[in-house]
Amino acid sequence: MIERAAVRALLPTLVFFGLVWPVWSAETTQSDESTADHSKFEALQQEFASGPEVTKACLTCHTEASKQLHKTTHWTWAFDNPVNGQELGKKNVINNFCVATATNWPRCTSCHIGYGWKDDSFDLTSEEAVDCLVCHDTTGSYKKYPTGAGHPAYEDKTFPPNNPKGKMFKKVDLKKVAQSVGKTSRATCGACHFYGGGGDGVKHGHLDSSMKNPDKNLDVHMDKDGLNFTCTTCHTTGSHEVAGSRYLTKAVDRRGIVIPGRSDVRASCESCHGMAPHESDDKLNDHTDKVACESCHIPQFARGGRKTKMWWDWSTAGKKNAKGKPLVTKDADGYDVYHGKKGDFVWEENVVPEYYWFDGNMRYTLLGETIDDTSVVQINSFGGGPDDANSRIWPFKVMRGKQPYDKVEKILAIPHLFGKDEAAFWKSFDWDKALEAGLMARGVKYSGQHGFVETEYYWPVTHMVAPKDQSVACNECHSNNGRLENLRGFYLPGRDEFPLISRIGWWLVLLTLLGVLGHALIRIFFWIRER
Amino acid sequence: MSRELVFSRFERFWHWAQALLVIFMMLTGFEVHGSYTLLGYEQASDLHRTLAWVLIGLWILAIFWHFTTGEWRQYLPTTQNLMAVVKYYTVGIFHAGVEHPFKKTRRAKHNPLQRLAYLFLKLAINPLLWITGLLYLFYNDWPALGLGGLSLGPVAGIHLVGAYAMLVFVIAHVYMSAFTAHPAFAYLKGMITGYEEVED
Repeated sequence: MIERAAVRALLPTLVFFGLVWPVWSAETTQSDESTADHSKFEALQQEFASGPEVTKACLTCHTEASKQLHKTTHWTWAFDNPVNGQELGKKNVINNFCVATATNWPRCTSCHIGYGWKDDSFDLTSEEAVDCLVCHDTTGSYKKYPTGAGHPAYEDKTFPPNNPKGKMFKKVDLKKVAQSVGKTSRATCGACHFYGGGGDGVKHGHLDSSMKNPDKNLDVHMDKDGLNFTCTTCHTTGSHEVAGSRYLTKAVDRRGIVIPGRSDVRASCESCHGMAPHESDDKLNDHTDKVACESCHIPQFARGGRKTKMWWDWSTAGKKNAKGKPLVTKDADGYDVYHGKKGDFVWEENVVPEYYWFDGNMRYTLLGETIDDTSVVQINSFGGGPDDANSRIWPFKVMRGKQPYDKVEKILAIPHLFGKDEAAFWKSFDWDKALEAGLMARGVKYSGQHGFVETEYYWPVTHMVAPKDQSVACNECHSNNGRLENLRGFYLPGRDEFPLISRIGWWLVLLTLLGVLGHALIRIFFWIRER
Repeated sequence: MSRELVFSRFERFWHWAQALLVIFMMLTGFEVHGSYTLLGYEQASDLHRTLAWVLIGLWILAIFWHFTTGEWRQYLPTTQNLMAVVKYYTVGIFHAGVEHPFKKTRRAKHNPLQRLAYLFLKLAINPLLWITGLLYLFYNDWPALGLGGLSLGPVAGIHLVGAYAMLVFVIAHVYMSAFTAHPAFAYLKGMITGYEEVED
């Protein structure tokens, strides 16, 4: 009887937690703060045949949205560095992944926030060509087709096309996606930023698909069961401009904690935590002038179970298998370590960053700049040092590899990779044709002779912030052969010696010991003799 | 000759607390310097800093005590009898029956050699460690203190010089005070109980 009474008493509780709670909590956690329900909007009560049609509908209410986006790097892929005057951005820089965007537009622009950037004729002033959905989709069903120049699949098709073994891209339900729009999320930002360099985790190493729903160990702020930050919690937006830039990094942010009246732009750690964030230990706060937060709080990158590419050697590309198709070799975990189209790769996970003094001012080796082909070419370089108050020790992923260059002109070369024409490297595997076409697209004449030069590309590591108990321990830097072994020009306690002082010091200590020992022995000797 | 209280309760407390602190500061300090790994850098530097503040507190008390009691006069240097004491420690001590030339009184409890050694500790080694140590502690405030021209390397280097000097002092002091007395351990006993045989 008692048991039955207990069950009867517990039943409502069980029902509540079993049935009501999940629904209720889901509703409260996903509560939409928006005052608008897009499914009720008249402009969206229609079938859309293409992305630009959706944008047209969006613009009937959000009249200024496209004009705002046209000013952003997300749209222009161009960035004028105000510090050193360099013209940067995806449109201009050369990297050591797929090298450059020129001539490869339809493939590259599957990560452009627009529709139709398939060649140089793309109209950067078109308002309807802005892709609202790729950032504001909440259904997870909107995906740009990899070679669609920014368009999603309007019919069911695989990638690679007409390949039954390829990945299926379903026809997107534009009406449903448009009616469900909302704020950006880790998933929408990640749709491009997790896959930079042509695949999951390839480029950054601290941004990959594991960051879509990370746990606390992977990222203490984005922890899905904890703080659950989205990208824009830190990368604050206004007029569609997103805070935080790799091209113009604040190596140290002394603006103070961001509060209304001071600023509404975050992105740096200090904009929330300030310059004295360690409550229990002043000595740790003493580090913030010289050591970036990331240096200690991101002990390793590529920690989420995805490897990142650390080495890409283009010089070996072109090998074919018995069937005449590009040869592909995979490692035990299924990662390509050789691909006939691209060359040799080295993948790593749980990578300890390299550390350098960094002043935030990235200088790129741009197209046409003379390089020294007898040494390793720096794709980007930066200033900073122990005596520069505006620089700090930062962690970097250093992407290394070998890439084509013009042997006569001594400039980095641009391969035309993607396309159905004979010049495309991935079609005919002829470097000279590919480089001629690639350079031509940027108005540079190819000498006809190519080589491969080793390059390094420095990526400041800023994501995958670990919980504090997993941050880099003191002795990992304050020791011999520690993380900062190669950073010189300043005194680092625990690492640096004063050889002369120590030699004299230990000799004096030893002589003193021998002195008192000798004195004692002589006393014992006389004591025995005189007894 | 009579048995008198030579080392007051505070002086004994000060001496032994300082001894412990100095030993642990040397242990942790040489680890922070990178001479060996014992506690790990973080624990070693934390402990070194904590002990530094305790030692500074103790020194403030001790300085106050020395001046209020007038005991500071015990360290005034003198050459009187100095050579005789040096000779005793280098020759006389080896032979039975040779007495220590210095006769301890309540007002002069340290022999001339001790006076010099302790004065050197108090006026050279300790201040060297204290000044460079405090600079080291407040490294981040140098610009605000108008010391922006300093750099950490030399400060750490001089601190290290002080540390070696301290280690040399400790070795010599332990030997002299614990193992050279007649009867054996008389000095050590005096430093523990406070009572020693002194001339009237």
